[in-house]
Amino acid sequence: MAVIKMLRIVMLAGLALLTGMAHAAPDIQHWKSAQGAQIYYVHAPGLPIVDVQITFNAGSARDEKLSGLSSLTNHMLGMGAGGLDATKIAQRFEGVGAQFSQDSDRDMAWLKLRSLSQDKWLTPALDTLALILSSPNFNSKDIERERKRYLSSLKREKQNPGSVAKRIFYKAVYGEHPYANMPNGTEETIKAIRAADLKQFFSRYYVARNATIAIVGDISRKGAEAMVERLMKQVPAGEEAPLLPKVKELKSGQVIRVSHPSTQTHILMGHPGNYRGDPDYFAMYVGNHALGGSGLVSRLSDEVREKRGLSYSVYSYFSPLARKGVFMAGMQTKNDQVDEAVKVLRQTIKGYVDNGMTEKELFASRKNITGGFPLRIDSNKKILGYLAMISFYKLPLSYLADFNKKIDALSLKEIQEAMRRRLHAQSMVTVIVGGEKTVASQ
Amino acid sequence: MRTINVLVLACLGLFVISTAQAEVSEYKLDNGLKLIVVEDHRAPVVISQVWYKVGSSYELNGTTGVSHVLEHMMFKGTQKLEPGEFSRIIAANGGRENAFTSRDYTAYFQRLEKSRLKVSFELEADRMRGLQLTDEEFQKEVRVVMEERRLRTEDKPESYTYEQFNAVAQITSPYRTPIIGWMKDLESLTVDDLKVWYQRWYAPNNATVVVAGDVKGKDVYQLAKQYFGPLKPSKDIQAPKPQTEPKQKGQRRIQVKMPAQLPYLLMGYPVPSLSGANPEWEAYALEVLAGVLDGGDSARLPTRLVRQGLLTSAGAGYSLDSRLSGMFLLEAVPVQGGTIKKAEEVLMKEVQALQDKMVTKAELERIKAQVVASNVFERDSIFYQAMQIGVYETVGIGWKRLDEYVEKIQAVTPEQVQAVARKYLVPDHLNVAELVPLPMDSQSRRQQAAGGQHGRH
Repeated sequence: MAVIKMLRIVMLAGLALLTGMAHAAPDIQHWKSAQGAQIYYVHAPGLPIVDVQITFNAGSARDEKLSGLSSLTNHMLGMGAGGLDATKIAQRFEGVGAQFSQDSDRDMAWLKLRSLSQDKWLTPALDTLALILSSPNFNSKDIERERKRYLSSLKREKQNPGSVAKRIFYKAVYGEHPYANMPNGTEETIKAIRAADLKQFFSRYYVARNATIAIVGDISRKGAEAMVERLMKQVPAGEEAPLLPKVKELKSGQVIRVSHPSTQTHILMGHPGNYRGDPDYFAMYVGNHALGGSGLVSRLSDEVREKRGLSYSVYSYFSPLARKGVFMAGMQTKNDQVDEAVKVLRQTIKGYVDNGMTEKELFASRKNITGGFPLRIDSNKKILGYLAMISFYKLPLSYLADFNKKIDALSLKEIQEAMRRRLHAQSMVTVIVGGEKTVASQ
Repeated sequence: MRTINVLVLACLGLFVISTAQAEVSEYKLDNGLKLIVVEDHRAPVVISQVWYKVGSSYELNGTTGVSHVLEHMMFKGTQKLEPGEFSRIIAANGGRENAFTSRDYTAYFQRLEKSRLKVSFELEADRMRGLQLTDEEFQKEVRVVMEERRLRTEDKPESYTYEQFNAVAQITSPYRTPIIGWMKDLESLTVDDLKVWYQRWYAPNNATVVVAGDVKGKDVYQLAKQYFGPLKPSKDIQAPKPQTEPKQKGQRRIQVKMPAQLPYLLMGYPVPSLSGANPEWEAYALEVLAGVLDGGDSARLPTRLVRQGLLTSAGAGYSLDSRLSGMFLLEAVPVQGGTIKKAEEVLMKEVQALQDKMVTKAELERIKAQVVASNVFERDSIFYQAMQIGVYETVGIGWKRLDEYVEKIQAVTPEQVQAVARKYLVPDHLNVAELVPLPMDSQSRRQQAAGGQHGRH
């Protein structure tokens, strides 16, 4: 006992030291390309690797009536370009060991490349990427095939009570706002998308002024500049996408129950949360950390899992976007425990908001967040992720350097007030999927 | 084009040898604990992992899942710490932690700012021998594990099919049972089962500690001696019985019928892993074979099947780094309106092609280029570096053989790929599982069962 007790004392002393220690945040350089793209660059010569991510303001929030359009457009970029088919393109990347991927979410659509840094591997990979950026094929045969695969995947989603719940949750939280739709669309809209829609979406949004480029790795500033020009040479300047409409707050809560032939019931609870650059962002980040954002030591985990054994996974998070993303708490439990689970989940959130985070919780959260700062940026991949986020949401270049200061500056009262101002247990949407009741046989 | 690729490859090889020299050192304590340290000074962080040679393939009938439940209980207090306190201390030190159980190992890890390594060592040493297993905590936690099982397996038709497949495709191999355990075994598991398991396997002479990050090997060794040194070794650690799988004599086929939206096909052939491959090159050739089929978007399954509109998705898998012989797996989801039969046909055609004709040089070189580059890319993650070492060490291959991986893959010839395809992917060794979707709503299911009209299917 004594050893561990002593250890704890040693640790606390050590922590005081740690807080005083400045952990160097990466030196981020920022410039604008000739065509108007915003470039964010970190020199990381430790490994002979270059990572680059080109992000367009072209997420599913831009879908308008054709839900899934952004996602399918982005997906088709991997299906051939410049007259070369998908196989030829893949061979070009893989022949030099490069890894290419693309994906999208509600706000963003991006292309990513990881390559060895020596010119002879990097240059062919960049040229292939440039081809994709400037002249994707959008071949109709490819579109028809990928459309079918999208439809299969939408169907497959219905097998999973968690996915079913999420789709219903977003619809209920966002109503008419573009964030209401799932990025992969619906059966109806995926069937309705035409080749012309994809081409039009691409030429409207995949333009330089609507792009940010994050570069991390073993490449000089000069090399990075040349790389950008090489990539973007054929990409028109175009226009930045307009701002999205603001998200409306929910006036009242609702409970939606859907039956599903699963042994567990999935429960989601929440409402619109916060946005990138939100003045309450850090207060809500710390506030949520102790509620359900820190794994096994959070209050939700304690009440739901540790004390009652109700769920394997229980969590809460803010998912900040350009506009308010969701605040969401979730768990899964076997069907006959669902009433108890919903009650515990709701009461824990309500109790936390009403009575506020405790001094002890703040102390522990602050130590975890600031003490763990070096872990956030310990690989090129993670730094790339931060660069992409900072660039897309136009956050200050000092975002990482200021991170711990912002956390340390928050008082308990500020956090409690922010959580009270922004979380409202009574107006949350609760989605419950599972627990198919046995119906009397006819 | 080909000559260029050969050139590329040769240069890549040289290049890697000159830069991939992460410094690795190995130590052994008097009590049998093995320590392996990887120095990577790019960031002021450290990862600490403790690997135990125990997992579901060590388990006995009736208590399947005990290794994994024990992993959960390792966070539930020791003679010195309250339940949950382990996690709270790691969190207070800015750390991230977790654990995982596999067929061949159970491992615990913390990621920390580098000056905190001693916190991890003190806590891990404490729970290596001093775990307090109480019935009260066990009763709650085993319910959590059952929820985990529902989440991962019971409600996931493809996972459920995979579980059934393993149980039928293997007769004596302990790989036939699920890592998480059968539900009925979880229901009858007791805290005493866990105590026996813990006493038997959790000891310094059954553990490997892997540390990677901004540390010095010698300093870590001193720290390890200080914290793990005083622990007593266990006397009843014995290698598990071989349970070697008898030679398969003819195909095995099963169906799994449950509510689902899409059919799914899973096929497998018994194959050796690196630890059992004789000659050794067969394991590397099987690795390349999996790459020919499914290594990237230019591989055969995406190129010839998925993008030809013959399958919705397809995959191939081989695990080189398991303790026992396992399965070479193939899986597929038919296209909409297509049948499982057709999916099997097109996959089989690819198997046949591998046996009939040698893979092309260009294909082979592309796979090798990917392997060489990935080997560099992987070094961006210290977690992954430590993980590879932990796996190789714990399954009995030995971490030093990681160094030869790239070289041995590069040495694989088209003849060898063909040879393993002919030797192992033979019809009489095939195992097939088919997921047959039942309607999602109970009413249609009941009608279907009663032989009435189908609902939506």
